[in-house]
Amino acid sequence: MSFVQNFPFFSIIIAMFSGIVSAVISGKKARNLSIFAIGVTTCMSAAVLAYTWKTGESYTYMMGHFPAPWGNEIRAGVLEGLTALMFGVVMLLSVMGGLDHTEKDVEGSKLNLFYIMIDLMLSSLLALVYTNDLFTAYVFVEINTIAGCGLIMIRQWGRSLSAAIRYMVMSSLGSGLFLIGLSLLYDVTGQLLMIPAKEAVAQLAATDAYVIPMLVILAVISVGLAIKSGLYPFHYWIPDTYAYATPAASAVLSGLVSKGYIFLLIKILYRVMSPEHLMESYTLDVLYWFGIAGMMMGSIHAIQEKDTGRMIAYSSVAQIGYIYMGIGLGTQAGTTAAIFHIFSHGATKALLFISAVGLYEASGGERDYLSLRGAGYRNPLAAIGFTVGAMSMVGFPMLSGFISKLLFATSAFENTGKLLPTLIALAISTTLNAVYFLRLVISLYRPEKRKVDEVHRDSWNLRLAVVCFILLNLVLGLFSQPIVRAIGQGLIMFS
Amino acid sequence: MSRVRDNYENSRARKLKRWYDGDVDLLQEITEIKAPPAEQEQVPEAWRIQQSEAQASQNLMWPQGMSEETVWEGRQKPTEEQIYRNLEASGLWSFEKLYRVMAVILCAAIIAVLLWTVTALPMFGEAGNPANNEVPQRYIESGVQETGAVNFVTGMILDYRAFDTFGESCVLFIASCCVLVLLRVDIAVKGRNGENLGEDDTVFEPRNDVVLQTAAKILVPMILVFGIYIVLNGHLSPGGGFSGGAVLGSGLILYLNAFGFKKTHRFFTEKVYRRMTLCALTFYCLAKSYSFFTGANHLESGIPLGTPGAILSSGLILPLNICVGLVVACTMYAFFTLFRKGGM
Repeated sequence: MSFVQNFPFFSIIIAMFSGIVSAVISGKKARNLSIFAIGVTTCMSAAVLAYTWKTGESYTYMMGHFPAPWGNEIRAGVLEGLTALMFGVVMLLSVMGGLDHTEKDVEGSKLNLFYIMIDLMLSSLLALVYTNDLFTAYVFVEINTIAGCGLIMIRQWGRSLSAAIRYMVMSSLGSGLFLIGLSLLYDVTGQLLMIPAKEAVAQLAATDAYVIPMLVILAVISVGLAIKSGLYPFHYWIPDTYAYATPAASAVLSGLVSKGYIFLLIKILYRVMSPEHLMESYTLDVLYWFGIAGMMMGSIHAIQEKDTGRMIAYSSVAQIGYIYMGIGLGTQAGTTAAIFHIFSHGATKALLFISAVGLYEASGGERDYLSLRGAGYRNPLAAIGFTVGAMSMVGFPMLSGFISKLLFATSAFENTGKLLPTLIALAISTTLNAVYFLRLVISLYRPEKRKVDEVHRDSWNLRLAVVCFILLNLVLGLFSQPIVRAIGQGLIMFS
Repeated sequence: MSRVRDNYENSRARKLKRWYDGDVDLLQEITEIKAPPAEQEQVPEAWRIQQSEAQASQNLMWPQGMSEETVWEGRQKPTEEQIYRNLEASGLWSFEKLYRVMAVILCAAIIAVLLWTVTALPMFGEAGNPANNEVPQRYIESGVQETGAVNFVTGMILDYRAFDTFGESCVLFIASCCVLVLLRVDIAVKGRNGENLGEDDTVFEPRNDVVLQTAAKILVPMILVFGIYIVLNGHLSPGGGFSGGAVLGSGLILYLNAFGFKKTHRFFTEKVYRRMTLCALTFYCLAKSYSFFTGANHLESGIPLGTPGAILSSGLILPLNICVGLVVACTMYAFFTLFRKGGM
């Protein structure tokens, strides 16, 4: 057994351990420890990716002395490694970009608590990516939920507190439904590990046993995770949560947290459920149509918003809709597109939240788009970052958003029943995206009557984070072929 | 243009949209109770008088000697009728009613679906159920040899599936961190005594209730010993870290209630709490990392399992139970202290 195979386990434990240690050290040290931990786990994820890519197959890793149906287990393959790598990179850049604001928004003596949340959030995301055990997934979903709440409410301000309560209620509802689904599944299969559970489910499908419970299980698990990731009719908690948290938290929540749940859903749909049950229950079709509804409604809400933070948040609703549409296509190409969009949206949305901070600061803390007029001259780098992010969301060639839209469109051709709705939805949603994003970009570069007295300079870490995010977007956009190939290969070894 | 807009702003559709978006709260300004500003200087004096009159228990309901009538001072307390009249005047009451009816119907539908599912599930307790497969069989048949724990449940949660349990302890840890975020008052910033009474309850302690103190004198030692017993015997009899820790925590809370912060702080301060949690979780993390690492790499862990049934047996389970017990006890105590004003 190669030493690299230990890395998924090491990265989860390092993230958890740094969270535990952060409880007793000062905020500054906790910050350094957190950045160090994120950096190390990111390097480890890269090593896992390289290793699995070279060997060409995934491997399971026993957590303890007992093999699969008895003990816990994690599993790593190309897709897991790549997702963990992307999550790590986005998390690192988000934390770095939001550093100054974190220190401003969070009380000094509570700063270490913020980094505990970040560390445990990272560990739970990694565990959701790597786990091969349904109950481990639930435990880390819980950690993720509570850490998410903490990240929102640590900015002790009325609106972020109410947003945290809303998030808590909706997210607990989602966790509860997910748990009901898991216990029903355990009742009819007697397994919690994913691979034995898949065998048991396949047997149920073959013998036509427990048809009603399987239907309810699929519905409850999908709805639970859809609530937690903010699919359209359950998007109600998104705008306040993303708009009123501190910027680093907004970037992490919108870029990563909802994506962790989507990744888990993909994992359960393809690694546990049988194709027969998916076909009979129409789960994928339901997800597809709600995804399309989300694409439209999210953009329409975003157009109505004047507040930039809420606008970006509503845009997330639309982008989550894209991802669910890709999953709902039900083909491998569709899922590949969805996963590519997870990466692309993670990189882009975090860039938008981080660079928007620079724009607010250059405009005296105002957040509505009329006050941001001319901010492009007051803070050029942040405006470039915002423009790149907006262009990427709209689907400008060379940027990551273009590639994901292209992938969605091409994958639709494999599913003739959904071809036309997909293409129409993509066209309309792209136009709507352009309406609200370009409106803001144009207003950023409108010459202003006020004289530009001084060019606002952000701190070095924010500028570095913005530059890195722009590069990440360009990399995803220009060198998408190897990444798409890796996702494809990862999906083959995934189930 | 503006006239059209005005029409729209006042239209039913616009109101419905705002209600749907959560911008209007129909009960706002009607039902909230605003506490009157506390009279800072007079409070310690007033409190001492009240305490000497032994009326303390009644005054906890309302801030600083206020009663229900004085809270509504200067404002007419709305009757239920008025509230509903206001709601009707806002033109949204029908939506609200519809919303409530729909909510009830939806809940009833979900309950019906879940009950229907239960009827289709395997019968409870039958031998041929899918859940009675090779997994529990191995836990029951070879659990004692493999984990050294006579109590299968403990063997299962702390050895077979120890990673999940580590996750659960971290859930408790992060939950108490969240409560700290919300409720901890910075004593260094706000001052401990007198200056900020609205922020700190501890100056009112101890209340020296004779009945409570006498009962606590008898009960606390028993509760604590019983909690320690449950934790230490987790691998032998029903119990373990989670339940024993809860008992320990409740013992601490009882002691705190009876004797106040000053006495509790002699042995249990926030520093102790943080160090204890840190040590317990660190030990858990390192010990289990070692065991996961050796397990996955097919190495011998070299931890002796001992004779099943003896108190010092079952390898890592006993120390892990102690760790979990400490974390749970600390978390319970922390929740209790933080929900009063003034921190731990």
